[in-house]
Amino acid sequence: MQAFNTQVNYQNPSIEGYYGEFGGAYIPEMLFKNVETLKAEYLKIMQDPAFIAEVDALLKDYVGRPTPLFFAERLSKEIGANIYLKREDLCHTGAHKINNTIGQIVLAKRLGKTKIIAETGAGQHGVATATVCALKGMECVVYMGEKDIERQAPNVARMKMLGATVVPATSGSKTLKDATNEAIRAWINEPNETHYIIGSVVGPHPYPDMVARFQSVISKEMRLQLKEKLGNELPTHVVACVGGGSNAAGAFYHFLNEPTVALVAVEAAGHGVHSGLSAATTQLGTHGILHGSKSIVMQTNDGQVVEPHSISAGLDYPGIGPLHAFLYESKRGTFLSATDEEALASAFHISQIEGIIPALETAHAFSVLPKLGLKPTDVVVVCLSGRGDKDLATYMEHL
Amino acid sequence: MARLENLFKAQSKRVLNVYCTAGYPDLNSTLQIMESLQENGANIIELGMPYSDPLADGEVIQRSSLHALSNGMTLQVLFEQLQEMRKTIHIPVVLMGYMNPILQFGFEAFCARAKEVGVDGLILPDLPLYEFENIYGKTIKDNGLDFIFLVTPETPEERLRKLDSLSSGFLYAVSSSATTGKDKDFTQVAIYLERLQQMNLKNPILVGFGIKDKQSFDAVNEFTNGAIIGSAYINALSKGEDVGVITKEFLNEVLGN
Repeated sequence: MQAFNTQVNYQNPSIEGYYGEFGGAYIPEMLFKNVETLKAEYLKIMQDPAFIAEVDALLKDYVGRPTPLFFAERLSKEIGANIYLKREDLCHTGAHKINNTIGQIVLAKRLGKTKIIAETGAGQHGVATATVCALKGMECVVYMGEKDIERQAPNVARMKMLGATVVPATSGSKTLKDATNEAIRAWINEPNETHYIIGSVVGPHPYPDMVARFQSVISKEMRLQLKEKLGNELPTHVVACVGGGSNAAGAFYHFLNEPTVALVAVEAAGHGVHSGLSAATTQLGTHGILHGSKSIVMQTNDGQVVEPHSISAGLDYPGIGPLHAFLYESKRGTFLSATDEEALASAFHISQIEGIIPALETAHAFSVLPKLGLKPTDVVVVCLSGRGDKDLATYMEHL
Repeated sequence: MARLENLFKAQSKRVLNVYCTAGYPDLNSTLQIMESLQENGANIIELGMPYSDPLADGEVIQRSSLHALSNGMTLQVLFEQLQEMRKTIHIPVVLMGYMNPILQFGFEAFCARAKEVGVDGLILPDLPLYEFENIYGKTIKDNGLDFIFLVTPETPEERLRKLDSLSSGFLYAVSSSATTGKDKDFTQVAIYLERLQQMNLKNPILVGFGIKDKQSFDAVNEFTNGAIIGSAYINALSKGEDVGVITKEFLNEVLGN
């Protein structure tokens, strides 16, 4: 069995959506027309100057971009390197997720769709989707695992207040994996009028590439901001947390083909990588197919997908985007992990030395900084993907 | 394998393919159910290989799959159960399932085992055309297995003809773009099936999704070679009575015996 794509330009998967041997569109025929239409149109639409202008204007005036690149002075001193924080937590709705939903809602309008469906785990992507649907007057249905609905009541309330319908996913393990299954099934059952806004760089081609491109604004701004601040647009390291991997894809994107920039992805180790309660997909997974693409998947020897564990619902996913699987296997990316305990400690520490309460997901990224062996001349950008308000209930248990 | 080909040569109308989930309702009920289906008039058995994330299936089949998995069903166990099946099962048997468990088993090993136990064909809804043509199709054909593609009312004509040309055994016409187990508006379905009928395709056509009783079975037989029943039969089995009795009652109703 031959590899599919031997190209090394990480920014462009093959025509069939492969990064190396990862990617593709493993979907039932019932989804073929939708996915094919999207595949045929997405690059054309995304390169249309009028589309770019509309999205850029919304990112500026509605989302609040560009987000600041902040020099974290006390953290830098402590770590012994120059640490910059890309403040995605300051985006409207509190995380990077809206970069993608803004792009996809404008794209859905261009495709003539009238209804939006989405999946959500912690509810951040659900809120970002409900927000843009309200903005654009589109019907919005969000699929969310029954267990997550119980765990994330404030985000469920936000989605409802924004006018979205939240549908509990009651199948399987009743979490993000199953919410994604339910959303895909809903798309199969109503293909013509509906666009499915996937929240991460996962799913069948062209979603991983499309979402990466919408999130790539993060690294586009980083380069400009580093150039302005330091006269050099290339850092030595970019660090981001990875569940499915959308903020990491966005933070890495414009550095993917810059070999001097180390790309550090941080997975959630839960109770410890080998504890049996973990979400460190690259460490525990094997090649497989999940939600329509070939990637690295946490599964049993018999090929049944297993339920991961992480304290942060946003990293609690048994797969990883195909781009990240390729970065991992080609060793272009460095994949590390942080446990629940380490992430919690980092969340409190960053709050107290920088005055920024990060999301639990983001806190994982901070946990690896002392382990990178950084030098005083190193310039490190941490993607501060979201703010910690949604995690207050967890944080309050540890005050 | 010639079983599917021979079946359609001998019978061009009212071919009934019944789906059941391997290892459901009990781990060891697989063969008993297959024998009962054969005895009561099913022409083809579509044996579902349970998967944790069956995207193309509705909740009835997903529930039966999870149940079968918790009973301990795996591909290894399934092939052991099927080792002797050709001593009693003489009608065509096709395996239906998803790519991930098969990749873990090893695609080549899977096809070889399927051939060895006497399986006739495969239905793998998430194996796309591109990957079929470039990687997996050859292994399937080398093992003498039929491969059955799905087509839907949204499948463009050119693609439909291509899927037909690559399929053998039969072509699986999904009655509308939907997951299994949903009710359908049959006037729309009839228009679609009539169009398929007029295309003079290479393969016989069996209609699936939404066929649940005599009325719906009769309705689609006007235009096609037969139908596939899945969720309705799983629902009947889920009542927990004797599988022999349930199967007999169920098939008698559908076939009008």
